[in-house]
Amino acid sequence: MTDADLNNHNPAKMLGLDVCNARLAWGETVLLDDFSFSAPAGSWTCLLGESGVGKSTLLRTIAGLIDPVTPTEIRAHDGTGLTSQVAYMAQQDLLLPWLSAVENVALGARLRGERADQTRALDILARAGVAERANARPAELSGGERQRVALARTLMEERPIVLMDEPFSALDAITRTRLQDLAVELLATRTVLMVTHDPFEALRLADTIFVLRNNAQPADAPIVPPGPTPRDPTDPALRDTHRMIMQRLTERAAPAAGGAT
Amino acid sequence: MRFVRPTIVFVGILALWQALVSGLAIAPFILPGPLAVIDVAVERADILAGHALVTLSEILLGLLFGTLLGTISALIMAYFRSARAWVLPVLVVSQAVPVFALAPVLVLWFGYGITPKVLMATLIIFFPVTAAFYDGLRRTEPGWVDLARTMGASKASILRQIRIPAALPAFASGLRVAAAVAPIGAVVGEWVGSSAGLGYYMLLMNGRVQTDAMFAALLVLALLAVTIYFLIDAGLRRLVSWQADMDPASHN
Repeated sequence: MTDADLNNHNPAKMLGLDVCNARLAWGETVLLDDFSFSAPAGSWTCLLGESGVGKSTLLRTIAGLIDPVTPTEIRAHDGTGLTSQVAYMAQQDLLLPWLSAVENVALGARLRGERADQTRALDILARAGVAERANARPAELSGGERQRVALARTLMEERPIVLMDEPFSALDAITRTRLQDLAVELLATRTVLMVTHDPFEALRLADTIFVLRNNAQPADAPIVPPGPTPRDPTDPALRDTHRMIMQRLTERAAPAAGGAT
Repeated sequence: MRFVRPTIVFVGILALWQALVSGLAIAPFILPGPLAVIDVAVERADILAGHALVTLSEILLGLLFGTLLGTISALIMAYFRSARAWVLPVLVVSQAVPVFALAPVLVLWFGYGITPKVLMATLIIFFPVTAAFYDGLRRTEPGWVDLARTMGASKASILRQIRIPAALPAFASGLRVAAAVAPIGAVVGEWVGSSAGLGYYMLLMNGRVQTDAMFAALLVLALLAVTIYFLIDAGLRRLVSWQADMDPASHN
C-alpha cells in the first residue's frame, strides 16, 4: 500500500469545532463558566490547565460522554453535532488485554458489528512503528508500544476530530518525546483537541493554546507559539510564550492578592 | 516437580494413617487402615462404579443448571438496571435458607430419584456463580466503556465485546467455588432420601458397620470431586489465558 492509498483512507473532510459558553459544574459549585473557544480544522489546539480545573470533564463533554451543562454549546463547523465525528484517546491506553494489538486497533469495527479491515489495521500499526508486535497481547508490550497501538487505534477510526486527554503523561521523557513526534506526523490532517497540564507539552505540540483557570473566568485570547510543530520547548524563541503561559496559569490567585492590597 | 510435592504429602498422610491404625490396634469398624479401604474399593469396584455414576450425573447436571441459571441472572442484573430490584432479593433469600434444610422438602416433592439431588446441587452452585459473575460485570474499567461509546458501540455490543470478556476472570472464580461445593449438594440430597449414589451407599454401609466400604465410597467421592475441580480449572485457565499474562506469580 502506498502513501497515496493511505491518504485516501484519511477523513475526506477536515472539520473544526466550536465550544460556546461552556459551563462545568460539580453539584452547586461552578468550576468553569462562559468559556468559549474554537479549534480550527486540521490544526492542533491545546487546553492547558492545572489539575482539577475541569479540563478532562470538558473534553469528556465534547466527546459526548457527559451531558453538557446549560448553556454550553458544542458544534462542529459544518453545523452538525459531534456524534461519530470524534475519536477519543485517554491517559491510559485502554487496550483490551484479551485482544492482540491488531485486534485492538480494529476495535471500533468489532464494536459496531462491522467487518474489520485487517490490511489497513496492519498498515496503520506499521506507520505507528509497531508492525512486528501486531499479534502480541497488550501485557507483552512496553508502555511506549502500548501507547503506539492506542494511537493506531485512534487513527483507524476515520474521525475528523481527535480528542486527547493527556495521552503521553504516563510515559518516560524520551518515549514521550518520540510519541509526541509520531502523533504530530500521523495526525497532521486531523483536528486535534488535547488537554494537558504540561506547558512544555503544549509548547511542543500546539498550534493554538488556551489556558483554563478556575474562578469561572472567561477565556483569554488564544496563545499562538511561533514556528511549526513539533517544537523544541527549550528553543529561546519560545521563552516569551512560555513566560506568558506561566503568567496566565498562576494568575488565578491574582484577585485575592489584589483584594489584600 | 509440580506433582512430586503433593504426592509426597499424600503418601506421607496415608503412611501415618496406616501406622496409627496398626500401631494402636484400632478396631477396623472404628477406623480401617488405608490398605483395607483400597482392598474393599478394588473388591467392590463394580458396585462403587454404579453408585459413582449416579452421583456424578447429579453433580454434572447441577453444575450445568446452576451455572446456566447463575450466568443468566447475572447478565440480566447487569444489563437491566430495573431487574436488579427484582432479582437481588431472591438471590439473598435463597442463600439465607440453608440448602440442607430444604433437602427433606425437595425429597418429599420430587421423590427418591435424581431430581431433588440435581436441584440441591443447582441451588448450591447458583449463588457463587451469580455473585462472582455479577460482581465482575459491574466492575468494568470505565475507560473501556467510554472508549466504546465514542466508537459508536451499542449497549448490547459493549456488554458482549467488553463487559462479559472483562468479567470472565471473576466468573471463573465463581465457577471454581461452585465446582468445589457441587458434590456437597448431591451427597446431602442422597443422605436425606435415595436409592442409589455414593451418599446412599455410605449410609447403607454405615448401618451395616462396614466402615471400610464406607471409606471406600468416600475415597471414590473425593477422587470424583478432585477430578471435576481440576478439569473445570483447566478449562477456565484456557478461557482466561490472557489473564495469566498479568499474574505476577507466573513470572517467578
